[in-house]
Amino acid sequence: MSISPPANPALLDISDVSKSFGSVEVLRAVSLQVTRGEVVTVIGPSGSGKTTLLRCVNFLESYDSGSIRIDGKEVGFREMGTHQRRSERDLAKMRAETGMVFQSFNLFPHLTAAGNIMLGLRKVRGKSSTEARAIAEHWLGRVGLAHKADSLPAELSGGQQQRVGIARAVAMEPKILLLDEITSALDPELVGEVLEVVRSLAEDGMTMVMVTHEMAFARDASSRIVFMADGGVSAAGPPAEILGTEIDNERLRSFLARFRASHF
Amino acid sequence: MLGQIAYALPFLAQGFAVTLWVSLLVVVLSLVAGVMMGVGLVYGPAPLRWAVRIFSDTIRGIPILVLIFFVYYGLPAVGIHLESFWAAVLALTLFKTAQVIEYLRGAVGSIPKGQSEAAMAIGLTFRQRLAYVIFPQAFRRFLPPWINGVTDAVKGSALVSLLGITDLMHAINQVIGRTYEAMPLYILGAVIYFVVNYALSLASRRLERRFSFIRE
Amino acid sequence: MGYTLNFNLIWRHFDKLWGGLLLSLELAVISIAIGILIGLLLAVWYVSAGRAVRTVIAAYVEFIRNVPLILLVYLVFYGLPTVVDIAYSAQTSFIATLSLYSGAYLVEVFRSGLEAVPRGQLDAGKAIGLTPWQRLVHVRLPTMLRITLPALSNTFLSLFKDTSVASVISVPELTYGAQWINFNTFRIVEVYLVVTAMYLLTGYALLYALRLVERRFRAAH
Repeated sequence: MSISPPANPALLDISDVSKSFGSVEVLRAVSLQVTRGEVVTVIGPSGSGKTTLLRCVNFLESYDSGSIRIDGKEVGFREMGTHQRRSERDLAKMRAETGMVFQSFNLFPHLTAAGNIMLGLRKVRGKSSTEARAIAEHWLGRVGLAHKADSLPAELSGGQQQRVGIARAVAMEPKILLLDEITSALDPELVGEVLEVVRSLAEDGMTMVMVTHEMAFARDASSRIVFMADGGVSAAGPPAEILGTEIDNERLRSFLARFRASHF
Repeated sequence: MLGQIAYALPFLAQGFAVTLWVSLLVVVLSLVAGVMMGVGLVYGPAPLRWAVRIFSDTIRGIPILVLIFFVYYGLPAVGIHLESFWAAVLALTLFKTAQVIEYLRGAVGSIPKGQSEAAMAIGLTFRQRLAYVIFPQAFRRFLPPWINGVTDAVKGSALVSLLGITDLMHAINQVIGRTYEAMPLYILGAVIYFVVNYALSLASRRLERRFSFIRE
Repeated sequence: MGYTLNFNLIWRHFDKLWGGLLLSLELAVISIAIGILIGLLLAVWYVSAGRAVRTVIAAYVEFIRNVPLILLVYLVFYGLPTVVDIAYSAQTSFIATLSLYSGAYLVEVFRSGLEAVPRGQLDAGKAIGLTPWQRLVHVRLPTMLRITLPALSNTFLSLFKDTSVASVISVPELTYGAQWINFNTFRIVEVYLVVTAMYLLTGYALLYALRLVERRFRAAH
């Protein structure tokens, strides 16, 4: 009998990851596998560790134990077990494999919309200025901002800034895109335009892990929902199951009940 | 009286040139040293941060005059012989370096953490983050106080006259020693220092106003 | 290098340094007291005066800020007596100089403090029927002082260090004491190490004390 590799190996493989800030344990042996093309939404009460988990995936936060692999390669450490950090150069290269979109946009205020996108293309991907400009314009077109290429972030609305933020991340052609509460800082009327962009990326097959409070969007756009509580994965499954009424998880049920009470 | 002063003008001009030369050296050297140490203070490992902190707090805690005497008289005592000109430049550079460290810390510290994180997330290395994301933004906050602080180098340079270096201050005192025209010469000296420094502080204010239009 | 530290001679002449330190503090305290008076008067005058007065005050501030202190010290001590017929000691001359010097910095501190007092407070003062003078004394000045206290502390610490310039006209403050020992004992490294320590300890002790006062003051209001 031959052992064949699994048909669909995990692109992102988080296993047994733990992390503490001082005496507070924010992640407790979290495990999560994401396969290519999947859209995984992480929900949970604040302080449940969702954002920290996301930030560990591109090593903006270090983790104390466990392992996070992207395409089989350990993210922040040279070798598992030794916990030897990668060199600055190595780490930068690993981080370029993931894209991240931030709650507070974090656009570079001194660069134009196109400039924000071009910086990584030129300095990390080594593209020429003309090439980078063409790619930037392509992605700005995709997020509906072709006409804003030469605008500074301060001249854009919040929704427009966040769409540039998304374009900046995906233009690097990351293997996986991390979205950290990307609509939380937006006025309600601007949320839709940003989620529309995310939806179209999902349709293109972009692998994504997102933390969000937009339950309706999570239900429609994700292939899987992960519910985190107290630093651990408390429930995970298809949206219909997790957001459905039959789920046998007291914590999740009370979270959803409280959530619905405050949002409707 | 005016004739005597006119006669002394070339000599005063030479002194003024020395004042400008000392100031220029101090400003350039302290900029290099201060930016490097400032980066160490903000991003360095703990021992380096402490070392820079202690350096800056010590230098800023003592009078420039004491620093100048310490370097000028102290170095030969431990076997290091510097010309008085270079001893003066070294002492003033130490003083200015501490200032530059604090300007840099203030400027870099004012940039939100998210900027570094966004730069990390697209895969920039530490040096790239500094060069393309942090410094271009910090520059606007650094420049106005730094230019204004150049006046401290110019004013501080007047103290090197005490080491027998013929800068503008010393030249004025020497001319007074010969002509006894103390008041006109001190006023002339004050006017010269004033013109240089006031121009610098005006430039600083204009830059500040210009940069304030660039929103974050 | 083979330099061995020997502090014996420093301790033998320590009275020069100790007396010098006390004189430095005295010079700084008297100068800032006079400087505060100058600063307050000119700042209050500035915010309520017309253009001509403003220009004159601004000229004084800018002149002092942009000329080296050592030149001002020479000008007052050696220059002024040649044109006006008054005699004064080096110490008096230095106090006068440092007062005018700190006054110029404090005008700026107090002026921006006065302008930072919220309009609403003044309107509230008007609403309860206070006269302009009462509004100034009971509303504007107390609020302004609270805002400017940290800047005031910093100015005082700067002045304490600036007193070292008095040594150039032989006022026997701390730096003068250091030079005396430097030239008379040649224990150069030792004396400047001790003097550096004295400036640092005194300066940071003052800073700590002033921050405590600031906190008290903020808590009390």
